[in-house]
Formats: sequence, structure tokens, C-alpha cells
Amino acid sequence: MHDMSAHAAQHGAPTSFLRKHVFSIDHKVIGKQYYALALVAAFVGMFLSWLMRIHLGFGSYAIPGLHLLSKNGAPGDVMTPEYYLQLMTMHGTIMVFFVLTTAPFAAFGNFFLPIQTGAEDMPFPHFNMMSFWVTFTAFLPLVASFFVSDGPTLGGWTQYAPLSAIGAAGGPGEGWGVILWATSICLFCIGQLLGSLNFITTTLDMRCKGMSLMRLPLTAWAWFITSVMGLTAFAVLMPACILLILDHVAGTSFFKPGNMVINDQVLPGSGGSTLLWQHLFWFFGHPEVYIAIVPGMGIVSHVLITNMRKPMLSHRVLIYSMGALAALSYMVYGHHMFVSGMNPVSSLVFSFPTLVITIPSTIVVLIWLGSLYGSKLRINSASLFALGFISMFISGGVSGFFLAQPSIDIMLHATYFVVGHFHLVMGVAAMFGIFAGTYFWFPKMTGRMMNETLGKVHFVMSFIGAYCIFMPFHYLGIAGNVRRYQAFTDDYLIPLIPVHKFITYAALFTGFAQLIFLYNLIHSRFKGELAPNDNPWQGTSLEWSTATPPPHNNFGDKMPVVYHDPYQYSVEGASADYIMQTSPEKVHSPDEEA
Amino acid sequence: MATTVHEPPKVEQTKIDQTKIDKEKIGQERLPSQGSGNGGWRNLAPAGGDLRRVKDSSPPPASTGIWVGLAAITMTFAAFTSALIVRQGTAPLVPITLPPVLYLNTLVIIASSVTLELARRRIAAFMSGLKNKSDQAAAPAQWLYITLVLGLLFVAGQTFAWMQLKSQGFGLATNISYSFFYVLTVAHALHVFGGLGGLVRVIAKLNNSVLRRSTLDATARYWHFMGALWVYLLVLLWIKL
Repeated sequence: MHDMSAHAAQHGAPTSFLRKHVFSIDHKVIGKQYYALALVAAFVGMFLSWLMRIHLGFGSYAIPGLHLLSKNGAPGDVMTPEYYLQLMTMHGTIMVFFVLTTAPFAAFGNFFLPIQTGAEDMPFPHFNMMSFWVTFTAFLPLVASFFVSDGPTLGGWTQYAPLSAIGAAGGPGEGWGVILWATSICLFCIGQLLGSLNFITTTLDMRCKGMSLMRLPLTAWAWFITSVMGLTAFAVLMPACILLILDHVAGTSFFKPGNMVINDQVLPGSGGSTLLWQHLFWFFGHPEVYIAIVPGMGIVSHVLITNMRKPMLSHRVLIYSMGALAALSYMVYGHHMFVSGMNPVSSLVFSFPTLVITIPSTIVVLIWLGSLYGSKLRINSASLFALGFISMFISGGVSGFFLAQPSIDIMLHATYFVVGHFHLVMGVAAMFGIFAGTYFWFPKMTGRMMNETLGKVHFVMSFIGAYCIFMPFHYLGIAGNVRRYQAFTDDYLIPLIPVHKFITYAALFTGFAQLIFLYNLIHSRFKGELAPNDNPWQGTSLEWSTATPPPHNNFGDKMPVVYHDPYQYSVEGASADYIMQTSPEKVHSPDEEA
Repeated sequence: MATTVHEPPKVEQTKIDQTKIDKEKIGQERLPSQGSGNGGWRNLAPAGGDLRRVKDSSPPPASTGIWVGLAAITMTFAAFTSALIVRQGTAPLVPITLPPVLYLNTLVIIASSVTLELARRRIAAFMSGLKNKSDQAAAPAQWLYITLVLGLLFVAGQTFAWMQLKSQGFGLATNISYSFFYVLTVAHALHVFGGLGGLVRVIAKLNNSVLRRSTLDATARYWHFMGALWVYLLVLLWIKL
């Protein structure tokens, strides 16, 4: 740990409104900005899912005012099939990129990683500011695509070629919609690369005195591992998007095969590889799934430890397992392509590491469950959502066993089984991680407490609601219900419509619970009960040893010195049931006695 | 004897007694031999309450940051390379003749690396106090200016190559080989612009006497990487196209 005073992290507190709240280089402000962006994106994404669910459950139901959202997509307020696909694409894109990546990683990571490592700020604060504003700018073309030309792209968040590359002939939104989509994602990649650069360097170089790597809390480790994945994954998606844009605007044929006929029209293009897009996309796409979930694993561990008043069974094994997940995430991307026409031998090659992933995943879950066993868990909104995360992660993870095997995947792919799997394991689980983090860190971020009663109501409704939505998805998938269909008119699908109606009610119910959360968040921000002290949960890591909210340089006049591992709870012989990392109090260890 | 075992929930009196017994037993018999083998206990075993001395070996952030940045750039060009290879599997690439000026540009960018290294070593030696002020005079700045000019010359040479191809009627969309040629060379040139910006910054800082060693080293590393990357791209284009 070096003397930080020599490096770039020091900067004076800003005075103007613009530098303080808008173009701020303070990681805490940037973290809050990311959180706000994710919050807006989450509600936009949820609203889109409501529209889709209403359409799926009730077919030709006219949604009042829907025509205002789209010129051609909803004549008479009834959604067209194409508009359904456009909403689905935007739901996926917004949720994966602008919620699941920005909230647990960029928002919480920005706010707390420098504090937990004992740094005054990130080492490249201007890059950090750029990171947020580029990400924010990336959101604009995506939203704009709703209102330009014939609407947003309909190709799904994975944007498979050749549909994504052939231009307007492919349907509404496949011209300008795709260009805006690819521009948005390209910018997003740049934003996250700048962020990852800061996260990695902060963890390696900015730690305060005494903060060895193993003394970092599990959250810091999770963000570090995630940023390594982000650095390598987004650096691959960005060139893929550039090639896609070129196919549209420059007439190249990276992804456009020759002699394609659509609507009796021969399209220009020669020899483009449709599989190339899938290779590039999924090389990013699978690590992206872990970019969404690993920060949640860190947050959940951190929250549970504080509320169990004891450390996890093994700090190190948790870290190694998260690292193993990250490493394996690069070797398994082909399992998204089992039925793509790829060589069947490749399927086997990708299937094996996919199954190996269950090992670190199971180890993580067993450590959580083993640590929870016999603990006196404090029940509050944060710990409830942490438990919910584990539940969703297990439920969603189990279906992964089935999908990992090519022989079973041939039957289940592109059905609601897959949709149920990834929504539980990366969607809802990651959201629960975000909620756990929000309830837990809210006092440190704002100086006020969130309402616990509303928080618990939010949890119960979300927990029940999420299972009511996504468990039936598995059943639908096994029954052969294909995903991405906007209506179910085939004989074998008609009997499943009541299930879809039930899911729609569940989605509206779960969405309503999120409105309670939104009310709680905004109300508590301004009128919530003041945090009783700087450390309301009696935590041990560095964020709890500084003022609430933390001062501009995080620790005021005195930089912290770390004396302990991060989770010193219920230490016998200690003056309290926890010892903060900054406390010089001596602790007897079994090692010494040996 | 102080132990660090967690007590299970105290529900009944009898259980508490059992716990105490277990605890004593564990404390006396198991803990010493077990040492730090158990992860949970290890967490509870800090270095005796004193500050654990950690060797101060971490480099300044600019030094780490540049490696992280170069890793990302490597991934980007690896993605372009794999795109070339996968695309080649779909339809054979059309053989093209690379503009001869590229070979001259290669010499220019390699020469710029040499001049930058000359500048860097002189400044580094001065910063380490190996040379006194009179020795270094304006020499390092001169080498930096030469590097900057060579860098600009490289970009100009690349632009010449693009214009030459364009005038012969070979554009981005002519065929897939030209598509990859333009994408790879333009992407590289954009990164070189970043390096030129870095050089200007280093010169400005040197002139204002606020140049840090880590900034200089990071810029130099980036620039050398751009040279190596260009050689790699040239070989790739030469072999594949």
C-alpha cells in the first residue's frame, strides 16, 4: 500500500452546482448517478414487461394510450406482433445493460469500492465521470429509437444476424432501430471499460495501510472480479457492434450472407457469417450474465455476515469460487449456440465446462447455507432480500443443469423454460441483490433509514410474485411453449393461455410491489428517519467507520489504518460483538495459541 | 482460554450447558491442532491486533492502469482477429495487394518507438538523479518532438494508403478483405491518435516541470504497444489477405 498523497486521487471539494452534482468526479456522486440511471431504466423495463404481459395474457386487449408510444405499432391501442417484439427487445436490452450491469456493479461499486479499500477516490476520477456520462449518453439513442422512423429494433437483445444486419427489409426497426441499438451498446461498452479500468486499479493500487487483498470485504472482491470480466467482455462486444453498424451504413458484409431473399427481394451482401455475430456476442454474453450476478453474490454475503454476526464458513473459498465462476464464464459461451448449426462436437466441448460451473456455484451456495445454519440472523429488509437472492439463485440455477446438456437443450431451447431459467438466476436474483444492497447501504448513502415495514412488505410481495411469474415459465417450456411468440393460436398452445393469464396477474402484482419500493426510496430519501449513527447495522468494514454520508475525500482528515480481516464478529474476549477493521483492539487467535 | 467458536442459538438451558462443554472441548483439543485450517476461524484470527506489515510493492495507478487499458485493447483486436478467421470460414477471403507505403509506415512507427525510448531513458535517468541538470539540457524534449513528428508521419502514411486504395476504387465495401483492411487499420490509427495525445501531454508536463515518472512510463508503454500492435496487424493482413 503506497502513500496515496502522491497520486491522482486527491482533489478538492467542488463548489459549483454543476461540478458537485452533474459533472462530478467524486465516485460517490457518480455511484448515485448510476443508481438513478438504473432506477429509471428498471421502471422503463418493468413498464415494457407489463405491456407485453397484458398482451400475452389478453390478446387483443386495447391498452389505453398505447398508440401514443408508437405511430404504427399499436393501431387502436392494440399491439401489433412486430411491436410486441420491439418491446421485448427493448425490455431485454434495458434490463441487462442499464439495470443489471449498472446498479449492482457500477452504482454500488462506484460508491463503496473506494471506501471499502480505504481510498480517497478512484485513481482516474475524470475517466470515472466520463464512464457515467458515456453510459448515460448510451441510454439516449436506445430511448430515442422508440420515437424515430419505425420504432426500435425487434431482433431480441441478442440481435442475431442476419436479421440484425439486413436493414429495413427485416421489418420495423431493423434499419435505424438496429443502428441506434448498436450505437447505444457500443457507447455503453466504452463507459463500462472506463469504469472497469478504475475498479481494477483502485483495488490493486489504492488500498490504505494494512488493507491486504485478503482483508478486502467480499463486496470489494466481487466488484474486482466483475470488473476484470467487464474489461474483457465489453472490449469484445464493442468491435462486434462496430462491425454491425458498418454492415448497415457502409455496405459491408460481415454478417450478411449472399443471395438472401426476403419478401421476394434479393438483398445485397456476400458471404457474411451469421454465426460470427453469435460467437462475438456470446463471448461477451456469458461473462455478462456473471457481471450481473457476481456483485450480487458479494452484496448478499456482506449483508448476511453483518446480520448473522459471524463470518462465512470460508472467506477465501468464497473469493476463489467467484474467481472460478469468472474464469469459467469465458469457456462456456457456446452453450448458447447448441442449436445454431455449430459443429456438434463443439457442443460437447462447451457442455463440459458448463456443467463444471455448477461446482463453484454449489460451493458458494453451500457456504451461504452452512453459515446461515444455526446463526441468529437479524431479520430486516436487507437480510430478507439476501435470503431471497439465495432462493432465486438456487431455483434458477437448478434448471441450468438441464439446459447445459445439448441433448436436453435441443428440446428446451427457445422455450419459456429458458426464459424462466435466466429470469430467476440472473434477473430476479440480481434484482434481489440490488434491493439487499439498497436497504443495507441506504443510511450510509443518504444519512436516513428506509422504512422497514414497507421494505418487508416489498420483500414478501416480490418474493411470492417472482415465483408466481417465473416458476410457471418452466412448466410452459416443458409443455413446448415457444418464447418470443406474441400470441398462442396453435392447438397445443391454446390450453396454456390460462397459465399466461395467471402470470400476467402475478406480473402486475409484483410490479405494484416495486412501486412500494419506489415510494419508500423517495420518501425515505427526504423524510425518512435519520440514521441513528454512522454504523446503524454494527458493521465492521471501512464504510461504517466514516461519517454519514461520507465527506468528499471519504475519511476526513485522517486516513484509515486497517488492523483486521473484514468480518470480525462475535469474537470472544472482545469488548463488543464486533471489531471494526480500523480498531486497533487486539484479538487472540487460535494460531497464536497453537 | 479464548476461543473464537460461534455459539449456536441459546434456546434452552440444557443446550447452553452442552454448548459450554462443547466449547471447552473444542477449545482445548481441536483448535490448537487445527490452526488456521478452518476458513471461518481463520477469518477470526487477525495478526494479533497489531498492524500486519504489508510490503509496499504496489505500483502507482498510472502504471497499473496502462496495463489494464492495454489488456482491453488487446481483447478488442483479438475480437477483430477472430472475426476475420470465422468470416474466412464462411467464404474465402479475396486476395488483395497491400499498399507498399505500409512497409515504410512500419519503419516509421518502429523508429518512433526508438526515439521515445531514448527520451524516456534520459528523463528517467535525470529523475533518478543519475545525471545533473546541465547534462540533460533540452535533449529529451527534442527526442519527444521527433517521436511526435514520426507518429504524425505514421498517421499521414496510413491516410496516404487509404487514399491510394480509394483512388484505385477499393473502398470499405468492395469486398470482405478490404472491409477488414480498413477496419483494422482505422481502429489502430484511432488508438495511435490516443498515443499522440499522450505524447503531447507528456511534452506539456515536461515543459512545466510537472511530469511524473509514472505518466512518462505509461505513455511510453502505450506507444510501444501501438508499434507492436501495428507489426502484428501487418503480419496478420499479409498472411490472411
